Amino acid sequence: MSRMKLVLVGNGMAGMRTLEELLKAAPDLYDITVFGDEPHPNYNRIMLSPVLAGEQTVEQIVLNSRDWYADNGIKLHTGKRVVKIDRKNRFVETDDGTRENYDRLLLATGSKSFILPVPGADLPGVIGFRDIADVDAMISASGQYKTAVVIGGGLLGLEAANGLKLRGMDVSVVHIAPWLLERQMDEPASRLLQKNLEEKGLKFLLQKQTAELVRGESGRVCALKFKDGETIAADLVVMAVGIRPNTALAESAGLQCNRGLVVNDTMQTFDPRIYAVGECVSHRGIAYGLVAPLFEQARVCANHLAEHGVARYQGSMTSTKLKVTGIDLFSAGNFMGGEGHEEIVLQDAGRGSYKKLVLKDNKLAGAVLYGDTLDGAWYFELMRDATDVSDFRDKLLFGRHHIGDSGAGGGMGDEMSRVMALPDTAEICGCNGVCKGDIIKAVREKKLFTLDEVRAHTKASGSCGSCTGLVETILAATAGGDYSTAPSKKPLCGCTEHTHDEIRAAIVEQGFKTTQEAMRGLGWKTPDGCTKCRPALNYYLLCAWPTEYVDDVQSRYINERAHGNIQKDGSFSVVPRMWGGLTNPKELRAIADVAEKFNVPEVKVTGGQRIDLFGIRKEDLPAVWKDLSDAGFVSGHAYGKAMRTVKTCVGSQWCRFGTQDSTGLGVKMEQLTWGSWMPHKFKLAVSGCPRNCAEATIKDFGVVCVDSGYELHVGGNGGIKVRITDLLTKVETEAQVLEFCAAFTQLYREEAHYLERTAPWVERVGLSHIKAKVVEDAANRKQLAERFLISQKPAQVDPWKERTAGALKREFMPLTA
Amino acid sequence: MTDWIEVAHIDDIPRQGARVVKTAAGDIAVFRTVDDEVFALRDKCPHKGGPLSQGIVHGRKVACPLHDWKINLDSGLAVAPDVGCAARYPVRVVDGAVSLSLTPEA
Repeated sequence: MSRMKLVLVGNGMAGMRTLEELLKAAPDLYDITVFGDEPHPNYNRIMLSPVLAGEQTVEQIVLNSRDWYADNGIKLHTGKRVVKIDRKNRFVETDDGTRENYDRLLLATGSKSFILPVPGADLPGVIGFRDIADVDAMISASGQYKTAVVIGGGLLGLEAANGLKLRGMDVSVVHIAPWLLERQMDEPASRLLQKNLEEKGLKFLLQKQTAELVRGESGRVCALKFKDGETIAADLVVMAVGIRPNTALAESAGLQCNRGLVVNDTMQTFDPRIYAVGECVSHRGIAYGLVAPLFEQARVCANHLAEHGVARYQGSMTSTKLKVTGIDLFSAGNFMGGEGHEEIVLQDAGRGSYKKLVLKDNKLAGAVLYGDTLDGAWYFELMRDATDVSDFRDKLLFGRHHIGDSGAGGGMGDEMSRVMALPDTAEICGCNGVCKGDIIKAVREKKLFTLDEVRAHTKASGSCGSCTGLVETILAATAGGDYSTAPSKKPLCGCTEHTHDEIRAAIVEQGFKTTQEAMRGLGWKTPDGCTKCRPALNYYLLCAWPTEYVDDVQSRYINERAHGNIQKDGSFSVVPRMWGGLTNPKELRAIADVAEKFNVPEVKVTGGQRIDLFGIRKEDLPAVWKDLSDAGFVSGHAYGKAMRTVKTCVGSQWCRFGTQDSTGLGVKMEQLTWGSWMPHKFKLAVSGCPRNCAEATIKDFGVVCVDSGYELHVGGNGGIKVRITDLLTKVETEAQVLEFCAAFTQLYREEAHYLERTAPWVERVGLSHIKAKVVEDAANRKQLAERFLISQKPAQVDPWKERTAGALKREFMPLTA
Repeated sequence: MTDWIEVAHIDDIPRQGARVVKTAAGDIAVFRTVDDEVFALRDKCPHKGGPLSQGIVHGRKVACPLHDWKINLDSGLAVAPDVGCAARYPVRVVDGAVSLSLTPEA
């Protein structure tokens, strides 16, 4: 059977990304032909500025070499411009008469510089800034001429000006607006930028409108004349006043265009055989010019070209970074504010730092950061998730590390230079031992553009995530600046288009009772999910149907399947439960006996006041549990996304400062909550007085006893990101403590995303939301607590005892050959 | 000529799961996918030696329990971008009886 023919017009980043995605999804579906009017193979257009600035070479920015096309059986025509599409007979024709038939046509014709319609705009020495030819022209002009004028004080204009300055030219930037980058920045931030660039030697002519480009004696441009009559000398004029989608070809073929070639959510034009992606496209009225949304379009388009037919492009939210070495700028959303908006501003001219956040209804609507941009990604996340920031509004401006993130380190000004000045051997990701050089190498060699890709290839920032900001900075400096755009909604995993919240709601509303039912009903893209979605679905189903759901053991991570913690050598650790951290000689003797009988290599006291037995072989687990079970122990669940421990101090029974019986209360709380499966691990503590010896204010649920009652604290974390709890409320009796504890726990169980600790959950939904449901609404609190108790009934069966009695025996028994 | 050693009935291996077989040649993991396909790999992740038999089986892949590398069950190769290979062993199912050969495939 002959293969279908796919023709790509436009050999740039968006079109080629589509082909790469297509080859991954359906390598043998098409015979592919690519036409490009530039004489080069596909290169990274974002990096033209660093090439102009002399920081990189053209060879370094090539993304697909000619060998790549050949290896993938793609016919490549460079230097040929497609001038005609015959839709009826389904072929395209180039300016030199080359014809190619198609079954599917992909248009990725990109955009061109907008050239001001003024007299002299066609003179030699007047160019745009779009491609390698433009860069070559600028580099060659910088060797022969002295004075350059860049028209346009936007991102591209400033990058061109910076590059020409570094090439030794005398550069002026002409801009029509009152300040630079008026579409990305407000005036105060822009003035800081201008000052910074003036220190680098650039000159600025603001609120100037070009009337004419003057022809010199040689025939080349020699000066600019403004509308106010003033003139300045110029041997080179770079027009960087904007881009226009290249739609002439599409229009000539009768395809509907409206400030871009119009496509639907499957990236199809009005002719269903013709797809389009990239800067030439208008999707829901928006033409994107940043790489991340274009790659998102490419992914969707490839999915449909591969005839999978499930993906949809629903638009992207974008943010901006400027690629001028030594200058850090970030902006996103509505940063100008306006009616109904509020602003939080920090301005420190001496340090060259400016931050402005725009809020609407206590949600972040926009941000401009200048100087210190480390938190840009975080602000972008808050905008995307529409997080209510009222609970940490006072600290919002100071960045994520001020509300709990201790790992990322506070970047102070010129983050990019600071990070890029580190040696290649500097360790960036402490969890996975990834050095700066490893990241740069992977970004270059594997052509990575997004944080997720860097995580997949290097593991950097993939574990605890605290180095995310550093990794993003390295990525931005290596691959180009506009990586941080994210799709407007975040699916649970690659197997589905649905978010955590959508899936949880669907389980309840549509009554899915098994993982298979949920996957089928929600259109899963894989036959049986992956390691991300299967455990999540299993938990969501268990939480939704506590009394009837049958646990899907094979969808649990090994620790929860084997009820122990797997160690690096494949052995397991065993932690028996000690209620509230209390123990006695009989229990300790039983543990000692087990340790001797099974030759346990190491016995250690845990952070949660328990005893951990290490190095136990899997096949010995049931026997170990039997001895512990006979001594009265149950599982400590130290291995699960589950309620872990209640840590206590000695309290009023012994301590001269104790105000309440913290140990006794801890035991009661542990009896209430043990056995409960959770979105993530869940730790509790009770301190007998405000000296807080049980460290209750870094727990998921912490109680601090005071003379008049009990303070209840929630959302703390002592791990990667140390976060101090928020005070939920204060109550007077132990019974109230237990009711609030059950209600808060249940709210977390019902609302958090799988693998989301209480700390990020509280930050995402806001403490006010939790207070409204647990503190202010007494009826709702009682219902939550009641639902918790219902789910605890089937959950409080000791898994060790069940397995000692022979349940799931084969899990622990090796076969022999 | 392959020397087949019967190790289990297919029902002894959980669907979307695995069993470890202790052999003279070391531990071998025998996997059963959601579609009842059976595969055998050396029970050692090419990354840091984690026991693949303890991983979550999804599609024709298993995720190593130590650092979540995904290994293709049919080829033994790590899923890109990771690079590595776990040795494959011949395995067959006849009337539900699962048999292994202890000579790894080339």
